Amino acid sequence: MPLLEAQHVTKRFGGLSAVRGLDFTIDQGSIVSVIGPNGAGKTTFFNCVAGFYHPEEGQILFDGVPIHRLRRDQIAHLGIARTYQNIRLFAKMTAIENILVGQHFRLHGTWVGAILNTASVKAEEVTSHDEARRLLRFVGLAGQGDVMADKLPYGDQRRLEIARALATQPKLLLLDEPTAGMNPAETARMTAFIRSLRDDLGTTILLIEHQMRVVMGISERIAVLDYGEKIAEGTAREIQTNPRVIEAYLGSGGAADVPGQEKGQVDVQPETGS
Amino acid sequence: MMDTAVAPAAPDATVDWRRVLRVGLLGGAVALYVCLVGMVEVFQTRALVTGVITLGQTTMVLAGVAAAYLTLRGRAMDRRSAALAGAVAGAVAGAFPAVLVVLAEVVNLRAMFLHASPGTTAVLTVGLGVAGAWVPILALAVVGAVTGLLLTAPAAIQRPATAALTALLLTGLFAGLLRPPLLASSVTAGIGRLLFASDGLTIVGAVTVVIAVIGGRIAMRRASLRSRVAALPPARRRVLTPSAVVALILFVVWLPHGVGPFFAQVVAVVALYILMGFGLNITLGLAGLLDLGFVAFFAVGAYTVGLLTSTAEYGIALWPFWAAVPFAVLVAMAFGAFFGLPILGIRGDYLAIATLGFGEIIRILAGSDLLKGLLGGPRGIINIPRPLEVPPDHLLAGPIQIYYIGLVFALVVAFVAIRLRDSRLGRAWLAIREDEDVAEALGVNLVQTKLLAYMLGAAFAGLGGAVFAGLLGSIFASSFPLFVSINVAALIIVGGMGSIPGVVVGAIFLIGVPELFREFSEYRFLFYGVALIAMMLYRPEGLLPSRIVQRELHVPDADATAEGNGDGDGQDQPSRLAPDAAG
Amino acid sequence: MRASTVDRITEYAIAAFLWALRIVVVLVVVIGSLLTLSSGRYGMDTWSSLIVSGLTTGSVYALIALGYTMVYGILRMINFAHGEIFMGGAFAGYFVGTAFSSMGLLNQGPVVVLLAVAIMIIVAAAFSTVLALLVERIAYRPLRNAPRLVPLISAIGASFFLQYTFRGVFGAGIYVYPDVALLGQRVPIDFLRLRWVDVLVVVSALAMMTGLYLFVMRTRMGTAMRAVSEDKGTAQLMGIDVNRAIVTTFAVGAAMAGAAGVLYSLMFDQVYFFTGFIPGIKAFTAAVLGGIGNVPGAMLGGLFLGQVESVGPTLFLDGFNVPAVNQLKDVIAFTLLVLVLVFRPSGILGERVTAQRA
Repeated sequence: MPLLEAQHVTKRFGGLSAVRGLDFTIDQGSIVSVIGPNGAGKTTFFNCVAGFYHPEEGQILFDGVPIHRLRRDQIAHLGIARTYQNIRLFAKMTAIENILVGQHFRLHGTWVGAILNTASVKAEEVTSHDEARRLLRFVGLAGQGDVMADKLPYGDQRRLEIARALATQPKLLLLDEPTAGMNPAETARMTAFIRSLRDDLGTTILLIEHQMRVVMGISERIAVLDYGEKIAEGTAREIQTNPRVIEAYLGSGGAADVPGQEKGQVDVQPETGS
Repeated sequence: MMDTAVAPAAPDATVDWRRVLRVGLLGGAVALYVCLVGMVEVFQTRALVTGVITLGQTTMVLAGVAAAYLTLRGRAMDRRSAALAGAVAGAVAGAFPAVLVVLAEVVNLRAMFLHASPGTTAVLTVGLGVAGAWVPILALAVVGAVTGLLLTAPAAIQRPATAALTALLLTGLFAGLLRPPLLASSVTAGIGRLLFASDGLTIVGAVTVVIAVIGGRIAMRRASLRSRVAALPPARRRVLTPSAVVALILFVVWLPHGVGPFFAQVVAVVALYILMGFGLNITLGLAGLLDLGFVAFFAVGAYTVGLLTSTAEYGIALWPFWAAVPFAVLVAMAFGAFFGLPILGIRGDYLAIATLGFGEIIRILAGSDLLKGLLGGPRGIINIPRPLEVPPDHLLAGPIQIYYIGLVFALVVAFVAIRLRDSRLGRAWLAIREDEDVAEALGVNLVQTKLLAYMLGAAFAGLGGAVFAGLLGSIFASSFPLFVSINVAALIIVGGMGSIPGVVVGAIFLIGVPELFREFSEYRFLFYGVALIAMMLYRPEGLLPSRIVQRELHVPDADATAEGNGDGDGQDQPSRLAPDAAG
Repeated sequence: MRASTVDRITEYAIAAFLWALRIVVVLVVVIGSLLTLSSGRYGMDTWSSLIVSGLTTGSVYALIALGYTMVYGILRMINFAHGEIFMGGAFAGYFVGTAFSSMGLLNQGPVVVLLAVAIMIIVAAAFSTVLALLVERIAYRPLRNAPRLVPLISAIGASFFLQYTFRGVFGAGIYVYPDVALLGQRVPIDFLRLRWVDVLVVVSALAMMTGLYLFVMRTRMGTAMRAVSEDKGTAQLMGIDVNRAIVTTFAVGAAMAGAAGVLYSLMFDQVYFFTGFIPGIKAFTAAVLGGIGNVPGAMLGGLFLGQVESVGPTLFLDGFNVPAVNQLKDVIAFTLLVLVLVFRPSGILGERVTAQRA
């Protein structure tokens, strides 16, 4: 059974269909990307999966459980976590506190226990802090636990956001443009890191990306959206040579760069809301 | 403010007359405002230094100083130009009151402006009447010139002078507060009478203050004293040295006794507000829920205690105070759950309005005829016994009792708040305050978490109300106006959201200080309003925001050093001990 | 897991509570009304005077509400000082009115009186506008990008400052509005218990609201204001002078409030430094009721609130033999507010606010 299954998902805003009749499956343990021109509906779809929007039509099943009407915290409990296109860290909290919030529902200390400082609460705080620090090390932010989140450099902030998402122990991780604003070296590091998430932790990954190098490099399957509909799906090779995809990106009659070719950077700069 | 000595490099002889004019006009408008709103006339009754200068005259002087200061700030000027610019700015500012004096004579301004009156004119013209219309112009010009000279004086003169003048102003203003403690004990009574007259400093007092300040500064500059000061541990530890803590505790314990019976009541009220502040700090400071109906739970706690303990007609049981208190807390919590459940889904500003509505509903219902049979209507509940029944001359009689009880409870609440803040729940609250959508996506149940914050805040408000009932002995619906909720919210924000010391500072600043100015009661709220605006304009994070507090007092995380030692997986970066090192 | 059972219980508790609330409200309203009406205690006279009173106070609330709603729509800020702007207008109108009265103008025929009142309203509106612009410039403009609690506190400070400035300058006493004999007379239609002042209030309020609506909908500045309310950043990119739009919003809202101050004082004959407080809160309630940021919503909300507050206590509660129902006027108003916020937070006509900050 696929881990995530979207069936005929439609999301409307007023008269506009941001996502229309979308069918999509993700298998356990895979890395899947969603690409498409700006405004194609990628982030809208993400938001539907993560519970930020509720689709008007269709359903989304996670491990067989319908999640499209659930609250966001219920969805998190089931094992879906996400990052955000514009980084949304808890700015006035430290890095380690951000991660600890991610662990919130995995911990059990009660407020009464906190006031009385019971032994079990104390022990749990120690283990949770250890785990948080482990996550910091894992994403390469060792020793920076006490730095205020908004003081971290941009690349570190992105990694912290991923660490925070990982703290929820998700089965499925949604990454919204994780390499936005990064130079090639940082992009390569992030790409390798994403792959290691799947390889080392077994997390299934769904990615929105604009940098084709990343997409083509690590995705096992790619879905292409345009105007809210899925126009193509397949491996990197298949997508690169799909005429509908080329037309969507470059307009009909475009004979120039095909997305994914190595010569020249084809980086469609992201605008808000794709 | 005034300690930035004007840079000696390249003093400018040219004066920016446009700026002088602009600032002068602004200063004039302020001076005019001060006259019309009546401060000049009313403050005339109070002296700064008895027989020398009244408070009314002081306000005008301050206007002149401000005008000159703003003109000259940040500009390097030679002494003559500075004096000239200051004089002109002062003169322009002084022109406004002068015009007022003349106009008041010619036109019946008094029909509209209460304070365009002979009294004001007398102050402005030093009793000369219309013929003295030039007096404010000259006086403020002089003041302006002096300010200009002071600002361009070498630091060795400027700093002691400004310090002395500021000290003079403050001791004169607070003479009413400083005098009673000195008079109370026969040992210091003589000094008290020497330094302070009934309404301000005596001349002797003024001179003493000036000498003391200047002398103190000279003493500090002596090398021996300076090196000893430098040898003390850095600021963050200095606060917590055992001797400082003991001194603080002693001061706090002594306070209500030392300040006289009137101010003991003030101090007791401040203690109660601190208690409530800690409570709302949980709801607003940590979880970010803007609860403007906080006073409702305060009322619930008060009425519960009243009903349970009163010996008069509305008391329904004759419980002792201490038995009623936990009950009051529980009832307040229940109300918190009751109100919270339906409204905690509402977002942000709307929650503020909804809670405000609740507060008002409770207040009106409490005083209504509908519930008169139960709650006493507008007459309220009376004959609520004191927490501790003691004879009238006992150490713990009167408001002092409430002060100590309030403080003890406040400490309890603070303790609970600190424990919660550093817990799993506290982090969830902070996350909700930062970005509740993201917090929810991380698995935090918003309604439950917010409800807990709301209920705990309500519980502590109820506790405050219970103590309040014990303080006053009788409660009426009119004791619970919206203003109380606004006050508590304001003191948290002004003190620093989420910060425990911030609440204390906020309470002192917003509740205590206005009470000290009770003699100017008409203008208390004016200053209150100005203080709120000024705080938000210049220091919106609060006086003692929680991050500063934490950084000052925080022992560097022991684990940060451990990380530097490495756990063997080779991915460690060098540890960063001091949080501010990250920039 | 323990957590999920607590979860479930809380959810059921909330749902049950909300349903109980709906039922109780419906029962109180329906049964109360039936009991009151069937008891025949009140005749058409009473009801019509209650309705009229609701109409007039409602009109005043609507005018004040416009200022709240527009400022919130454009800046997402509750202008706590708006009630004092209203009060300021009332004071200005007082002085003009007293001057006219001493000139004998207020005892003349209807044309002169109307003209005099019109001038009072205009002066009051102008004064309120100046006041509001000063407050905006000093206390709000520097805080446009601050987190939302900061301008709120500043507004509260401004509110205190204005109240006590007026108290200082004009004293704490109650100022009695000059008597305009004509306005106090009854409209010569028998079954309507109307005084001319009621007609004046309702008609002028309607006129002003219509004017405002046309301004917001049809003029360039009005469109600019709406654009900035929707999305400040984009409006700026389109070349709209955002600052001017904001200042105009404050100005227009203040003018409405100032006019409302005169009308209110003509109705109730008095003004003092604290006059603005309760109408301010009520007007904000009205703005929320109608849908914050929504100009027709504020008008509707004001009129609706006026009616509910005026007729409600008698209609709903008297049947239950609640003593002194008019004490509970505000309770009903605030209960209405809470109910709207719980069940329909976007208001009757839906809200129009700036896009949520990221």
